[in-house]
Amino acid sequence: MTHAVTRRAAMLGAAATSGSLLLAGGNAGAQQKPAELRVGITTFLSGAASVFGVPAKQAAEMLFEEINKAGGIGGVPVKAFFVDEAPGTDHLVGEYRRLVQNEGVHIIFASISSGSCLACTPLSDEMRKTTLLWDCGTQRIFEEGPHPYAFRTQGYGTPEVLAPLLYLLKHKPDFKTLAVINQDYAWGRDSWEMWKAGMDALKPGVRVVAEMFPRFGATDYSTEVTRLLAARPDVVLSTSWGGDLVTLVRQATERKLFDRSTFVLPVAEASLQTLGRNMASGHIIGARGDHWNNHPKPKDPARLAKFVDSYRAKFNEYPIYPCHHMAQAISAMQAGFAKAIAAKGGAWPNDQELANAFRGLTFDTPTSSITLREDGQGLEDQIVGMSTFTDRFPFAVPKDMVIFPAAMVSTPVGMKSVEWLKTLKPDILAQMAAPIAG
Amino acid sequence: MSATDRALAAPPRTMRLPEALLAVLGAAALVLVAFLAPWLKFVLTVALAKGIAVLGILLLLRAGQVSFGHSMFLAVGAYTVAFLAPAVPEALLLLPLGALLAGILGLVIGLFVVRYRDIFFGMLNLALSMVLYSLLEKLYALTKGTDGIRVSGLTFAGITPDRETQEWVMFGLALVLAIGFGLLVRAYLASPMGRALAGIKTRETRLEFMGVSARRVLLFAYVMSAVMGGVGGTLVAMTTRHVTPQLAYWTSSGELVFIAILGGAGSALGPFLGATAFELVRVYAAAAVADAWQMILGGVLLAVILFAPGGLWGMLTSRLKGRGA
Amino acid sequence: MAEWLTDNGLLLGLALLDGLAYAALVFMVAVGLNMVFGVLRIVNVAHGSLFAIGAYTAASVGIFFASLGLPAWASYVALLLAAALVGGILGPLIERLILRRIYGQEEVLQLLVTFALFMILEDVQKLIWGVQPIMQDTPMKFLGTVEVPFGEDTIPFTAYQLFVLPGVAVATLAGLAWFLRRTLTGRVIVAVTTDKEAAMAMGIDAAKVTLLTFTFGAALAALGGALASPTTSLVPGIGAQTIVLSFAVVATAGLGQIEGAAISALMIGLGRSIAVYLAPEFEVVVPYIIMVAVLLVRPQGLFGVLETRRV
Repeated sequence: MTHAVTRRAAMLGAAATSGSLLLAGGNAGAQQKPAELRVGITTFLSGAASVFGVPAKQAAEMLFEEINKAGGIGGVPVKAFFVDEAPGTDHLVGEYRRLVQNEGVHIIFASISSGSCLACTPLSDEMRKTTLLWDCGTQRIFEEGPHPYAFRTQGYGTPEVLAPLLYLLKHKPDFKTLAVINQDYAWGRDSWEMWKAGMDALKPGVRVVAEMFPRFGATDYSTEVTRLLAARPDVVLSTSWGGDLVTLVRQATERKLFDRSTFVLPVAEASLQTLGRNMASGHIIGARGDHWNNHPKPKDPARLAKFVDSYRAKFNEYPIYPCHHMAQAISAMQAGFAKAIAAKGGAWPNDQELANAFRGLTFDTPTSSITLREDGQGLEDQIVGMSTFTDRFPFAVPKDMVIFPAAMVSTPVGMKSVEWLKTLKPDILAQMAAPIAG
Repeated sequence: MSATDRALAAPPRTMRLPEALLAVLGAAALVLVAFLAPWLKFVLTVALAKGIAVLGILLLLRAGQVSFGHSMFLAVGAYTVAFLAPAVPEALLLLPLGALLAGILGLVIGLFVVRYRDIFFGMLNLALSMVLYSLLEKLYALTKGTDGIRVSGLTFAGITPDRETQEWVMFGLALVLAIGFGLLVRAYLASPMGRALAGIKTRETRLEFMGVSARRVLLFAYVMSAVMGGVGGTLVAMTTRHVTPQLAYWTSSGELVFIAILGGAGSALGPFLGATAFELVRVYAAAAVADAWQMILGGVLLAVILFAPGGLWGMLTSRLKGRGA
Repeated sequence: MAEWLTDNGLLLGLALLDGLAYAALVFMVAVGLNMVFGVLRIVNVAHGSLFAIGAYTAASVGIFFASLGLPAWASYVALLLAAALVGGILGPLIERLILRRIYGQEEVLQLLVTFALFMILEDVQKLIWGVQPIMQDTPMKFLGTVEVPFGEDTIPFTAYQLFVLPGVAVATLAGLAWFLRRTLTGRVIVAVTTDKEAAMAMGIDAAKVTLLTFTFGAALAALGGALASPTTSLVPGIGAQTIVLSFAVVATAGLGQIEGAAISALMIGLGRSIAVYLAPEFEVVVPYIIMVAVLLVRPQGLFGVLETRRV
């Protein structure tokens, strides 16, 4: 019987705890200065995409600590509530509601996965909660309808594909055949559709010898590599990332595919550290932005060095681009709150006032500055270069870097990316800046 | 008879009253919680929807069969809503449509899988659900792949409610359907067809000596469970408003079986107890330790199986019995 | 058809080479799963986690060896050591502490216990090794590449993929066949697989046999992971993918069948790599289609023995 009693006690205890959790929060939207600024952050903490999500979370924790040491935002300390994207969209939309309705967060940073972003932005409309899209790249978000409370604090698919394409056309103009091997999900498919539209407009007649979309998270590409070796394309495009890209590059390097074809890897940056010396030199690499460790002329070199050094000291690795994207969202949040508080004469903004502050906001990053244009899309510069090795880093970095100003490679407001890319004329190549050795 | 067998067997008649009472109490508690904590309304709606799908698993468990691919029917219901919502935004039409399609698929697959028992039954269901998963993932032009499809705006009996009202409507719809299917399953299990299910588990050949076709009995249960899976799926899609192939992945099917065991297979209330507990544990575990929630769920499952094989329902009834004695 | 073959025959030849290596890896995992099922009558969902942990351990040991300055061939020792470590420690732990408590219970409970273990081990693995891809490809690099003629051209394949993977799989198959048929312990395992009650009645210590078999099966899964580790980058989630594929292999083969597992692994491996050439859209579906097709014709699997129904 003692057994039963302890069990009953345990159940009562559990009920009491859940009861208190049930009734916690609930007074969201209060306009007096809150005791803490609550930030909901959705990111991958498990599954294959956690290679992006966990470093970003680490960066957020580090920066929040720094902000709080310096007195918080508007005198209010910041607190993060992390949510795992991995269990699926149905779980995530529930978590979004929990963040807003139960934790009473003031702002949400949403999502690495495009699927998650597509699910969260309509929620931001419904719940009127300012949501910063901190990493996802799908062009569909702002091109398929307005989202008054959503803002993307970094670039997106179109510039991230167009910049490497322009770089290829300028630096290897005489290629005739191309093969693509992308992950089988929105980014892999959309990036290929955009690349193809741009390529057909700027250099018609390129023959596509293989189109392969291996499963997201595939662990073996040997058959695909064999097929690429046999087809001998001049250029191999892959917008893959994470473990997928690492595996592909390793299996391709080992079997000398890098000697036969020029690779274009627009998302290479996040994997170069893991690859180390396994990456080949002389291939085109991108970073989903301009935040390379060897940025040729960062706007604020001291800030970049401090960010990289503190991150390295703390986590024993270099920050990768999702860390920078997280830092950008945090900078945007600081700038947005400062603007909203100033606009209200020092008082704390409500949800509507906060969202208003983000429209047209410009904020600084260590390397440049980003403006959120009227549709909510951020304008982030892109840097593409050729992989090489230096004494400074134990992994590949770009040389012959070209900085693409965001406005040049982004779809104009109100247009759809694929349609816009089809209208490109070869004279856009003439606008390209000269490469910087690096 | 082991403790588990006893837990899986039909409840004795004397349990009827407390079961009905508990169902009413449980429903009232859910409404109260949904009222007090608005954000939980969403979690509870999903729990009720999954509970309906788990009711289907319960039927198969009665026959001693485990489907490790049952979430394919959930996915069929959910994708029916996602595909048809732009053309037919009426929720009250989409719901039976999703159930119907899941039922048809259940009939086709059922004709094939009811010939198998035990591990082969489980593995075949797993394989077929993985075929569906792979197709949903691969046929990008149709399904948008792993990103999934957002469910466009819905109407309820021709009316487009605001967000708050719609949440209540969905919650109410799920609750009513849960009660309806719960009663249906109770009646079914008490009928000769339902009792024959238990026969498949213990002495299938004798069943056939008596002139009962085991396959037909199992097929009927399988199609019913597919329909309930479909209903659960349509509700999930209408609540979350976004569907992805993940719904059909084998781990999602594992979760459904998990819920069945967590709740206890002894009563039609078990699935709803289990689903509510599961979703709440998941939500709170995810909130407390965002990067180790799986471990907590796994630990809960392990503890239930090792120490309370009758599930939550078993714990509740043994408590009630103890009090009565 | 003939014309198509002359155009694509060479390519299909290449696909066979790829399929072979893939089949070898799948076989290593599936055969362990099958043995465990034969004796314990439990489909171990956590088998995929053992594969993943084996792979991670192999990479860690390999990196550790390299840091000691050991020569490249020592990385092969690391592979074997990892398999022995994971099998020898996790195997008995899981069997003794958890599985032992649920023998003879409902099948669904046994399955779910291993599902729970799978969920726990997925997070444990993440806590230990983190989420960044880990790679340790010394064993693959050590042997270099082989140029395979392809018309006028040649295609480089790694010797590891071409020889080591199929070689180890064939050796495992032969070794297992010898062990199960020629040694006393092996025969005891076969006896328990065929008829547990009769074997126990004859005085066989079933507890010892289950412990031994589970440990051995765990070691095989870990060895599969260790062998896969040089060719791939290790990321969270590899266990979940591996286990469903092994289920397909085992069900196609027939439960408890060792040689059957080899043949169905070959079918599934080759089917998949041919699909990459002909219909890449369906690459992922191929294993399940093969399984469903086989079970339609032979409900007990290719080599399974029909069980009598309960009376």
